[in-house]
Amino acid sequence: MKKSEQPLPSPINVNRRRFVQGLAAGGVLAAFPAVLQAASRAGATLTHTGTAPVLSGNQIELVIAESPVNFTGEVRMATTINGSIPAPTLRLREGEEVTIRVTNHLAVATSIHWHGIILPYQMDGVPGISFDGIAPGETFEYRFTLQQSGTYWYHSHSGFQEITGMYGALIVEPRDGETIRADRDYVVQLSDWTDEDPMRVFSKLKVQSDVYNFNQPTVPGFMRDVSTLGLAGALNKRRMWNQMRMNPTDLGDLSASTLTYLMNGQTPAGNWTGLFSPGERVRLRFINAAGNSFYDIRIPGLKMTVVQADGQNVEPVSVDEFRFGPGETYDVVVEPENDAYTIFSQSMERTGYARGTLAVRHGLTAPTPALDAVEWLAMRDMMGSMDHAGMNHNDMGMDMDHGEMAMDHSQHVMHSNPLAIPSSSVNHARSEYGPSVDMLVHTPRTNLDDPGVGLRQNGRRVLTLADLKTIGGPVDQRLPTREIELHLTGNMERYSWSFDGLEFGQSTPISMKHGERIRVILQNDTMMTHPMHLHGMWSDLENDQGDFLVRRHTIPVQPAQRISFLTTPHDLGRWAWHCHLLFHMDAGMFREVVVS
Amino acid sequence: MYKINICSSSRVLMVFGSLIMPVALWAQPNDPHAGHNLNPMVDAHAGHADSEVATASSESPATNNGVMNHGQMQMQGAEAPADARDPHAYSDGYSLTEGPYARPGPRQLKLADEHQFWSVLGERLEYDPDNKTAVFDLQGWYGSTYNKAVVKLEGEVEEGTLKESETDLLWARALNAYFDTQLGVRFDNNDEGEDRQWLAFGIQGLAPYWFELDATAYIAEGGRSALTFEAEYELLFTQRLILQSRAELTFYGNDDLSNGVGSGLSTSALGMRLRYEFSRQFAPYFGFEWTGSYGKTADYQRAEGAPVRDTRLVAGVRFWF
Repeated sequence: MKKSEQPLPSPINVNRRRFVQGLAAGGVLAAFPAVLQAASRAGATLTHTGTAPVLSGNQIELVIAESPVNFTGEVRMATTINGSIPAPTLRLREGEEVTIRVTNHLAVATSIHWHGIILPYQMDGVPGISFDGIAPGETFEYRFTLQQSGTYWYHSHSGFQEITGMYGALIVEPRDGETIRADRDYVVQLSDWTDEDPMRVFSKLKVQSDVYNFNQPTVPGFMRDVSTLGLAGALNKRRMWNQMRMNPTDLGDLSASTLTYLMNGQTPAGNWTGLFSPGERVRLRFINAAGNSFYDIRIPGLKMTVVQADGQNVEPVSVDEFRFGPGETYDVVVEPENDAYTIFSQSMERTGYARGTLAVRHGLTAPTPALDAVEWLAMRDMMGSMDHAGMNHNDMGMDMDHGEMAMDHSQHVMHSNPLAIPSSSVNHARSEYGPSVDMLVHTPRTNLDDPGVGLRQNGRRVLTLADLKTIGGPVDQRLPTREIELHLTGNMERYSWSFDGLEFGQSTPISMKHGERIRVILQNDTMMTHPMHLHGMWSDLENDQGDFLVRRHTIPVQPAQRISFLTTPHDLGRWAWHCHLLFHMDAGMFREVVVS
Repeated sequence: MYKINICSSSRVLMVFGSLIMPVALWAQPNDPHAGHNLNPMVDAHAGHADSEVATASSESPATNNGVMNHGQMQMQGAEAPADARDPHAYSDGYSLTEGPYARPGPRQLKLADEHQFWSVLGERLEYDPDNKTAVFDLQGWYGSTYNKAVVKLEGEVEEGTLKESETDLLWARALNAYFDTQLGVRFDNNDEGEDRQWLAFGIQGLAPYWFELDATAYIAEGGRSALTFEAEYELLFTQRLILQSRAELTFYGNDDLSNGVGSGLSTSALGMRLRYEFSRQFAPYFGFEWTGSYGKTADYQRAEGAPVRDTRLVAGVRFWF
């Protein structure tokens, strides 16, 4: 395996749209010498951005400090790990014990969470749940043995530190050697950056939740619809949304109006570049380390063969495009033949993109596609299966039977065990009928083959959850002995996010018995996609017939969708479980799990 | 626009009963598939909501759509059925601070749901060049998602003198997903008349079809009562060029000669303001406001030689932080 090469900064001079495009790497030196001189007088060194340095071995030292960075033309203080964004890539080996000493040079407490790594709960790095956090000036020693291999990542679990720069790749090499053959191996880490104080961003969302949405329905849009759909059609298109006070373009709470989208710590203008020679197999380890951005990734001209999801090998599937949310990882293999390809990563709300290049030498670029048009959320994103069935609930299929209709499992006569398949009866929690929840889904969709809003029927082969099959099947093949159902809830107008209508502060832990096999049903009663990350144990995603699909640590749940997974809590302790959209997590879409 | 239809009622108590209560119920729309009527006065939906709320937990047989229990299929504003899932059923009695592996001492992890936030909105800071008057209409709040202290300041400055002002100090508590109830006091300062103090009760929030509503009833010493009703609606011509329509109606239960108001519908204002949001938080605007006086209030106006109907050109800024 060849080592990643450090790309040279691309000498693109950007004097307009700098905010969206960002500065080319190194632009900071020329652009703002005075600030940097001040920073260097204060002893701060400039943040390294671009391909991260690699640290390997069993003894690793990480230092967390503030360091200046300039992605947009404005110098801001980032919180960084060893002074780089992304943080150093850790290359560890399966089966080995690693000791990672983390020293905090910030003025506030910090933490590092090893995302997707199975380890003792005291090492999981969630302040207030796994440990006390790392106080200013202190060093915390993480020690754990790697029981898995694949592509993972690590990040701060304190406040908004993650989006201000604290994320890095964590690669665990398989004990018995790599089974995925590749000539080149690159980490492609997507993230997002805001020049604003993230807490300020949050409080603005609290005041006006659509403050960053500049794709809202307008009068001219209505007139266009009148001319194509007729007045009744145009009104009908808007009726449900307006009646329910829901915004059909609320695709992401943030947008390029505050975010700059980064690939390996580089802005689109910075153009991170990975080199290859024609004919080589190139492995790209895509990590979504963004605070709040779903990305849709494609490399025009190249098929991507997805070989790993969340670090777990999957049966290869060839796609043109995939969507992933914060916390998820996908490894793909590509076989480029031409001189240059653009890795195009548009954000789900279609206001900007991160971009890099695969090229045979530095300085080459390929065309960057235009952003796709903003697509409205569909009725299925609001009501689940309703857009197929209309209001005639009698027409709903077997898998869509509604809970209040005395549905039972007897129709699945082939299964003697009622827990063989996930229940489809919708049970809203009592706490969902209050101010914290702005909508309830009664007829959720359970299909997993929907690429999601903005990717439907776009002419490209887009990966869906239904495409993923973990090689070797589930580790634990037992049927579940019980089932729990939780709903993902929110109130966009109040900007509150929760499980079952209870924000974290109102919640009680989910208690699981050590070693039990348990089914978890997550139903999304909101119109946003939530990447749900359960710490400390795997989430074995299944379809609505109870067939195992894929082992994940982070599962995206689409609007009005109901998914289920099995898990085996194999490690005692308290674990976090939350939406990995940072602003949803901080708003309260966060639970504790107790394994005892 | 439906707001105008409310003029038909002239007794404050009637207005209170027929306006506040339907609005309060309307604030919890039970059925996304019904109630398209924008007029809460004639909206059968409001009454429908009433019966729905009353019967939702009693397992009434399937009703409206004939397919299933309508009350349990509402996407918004439903009452919890009696058999709704217990959100703490999976906890085995453990809490965030008690049970196995809980961190010792007080809970350390507090997310934004336990933080307090604040904001100031300058809805109208505007000048009327013809009458040389300035109007201010500010709201500030401090608090959590569901409980806030709210201050509303509204007044008129003429030639450097504060001619009149109203200050509401309210406790806002979430009623449902979109509406808050508000309880508190209002202080009126009248340069030429009598100052008044009121107890205030109202609701404020976002109604279906994106109407911002604010309805408040007031009572004061000597059996005085008043009611104000405000509605706002915004049309986006572009993402930054926004037309705000705004209607305000004021009713009084009694004549108040010293302040020049008569009982019943007293004044109305209908404004159209076109703003350009240089940022979401800062937008200059210009617009028109049509004001009117009615009943005895109009008589008082005439007696003073003031116009009963007036059209004003206004220019101002809207901002928040």
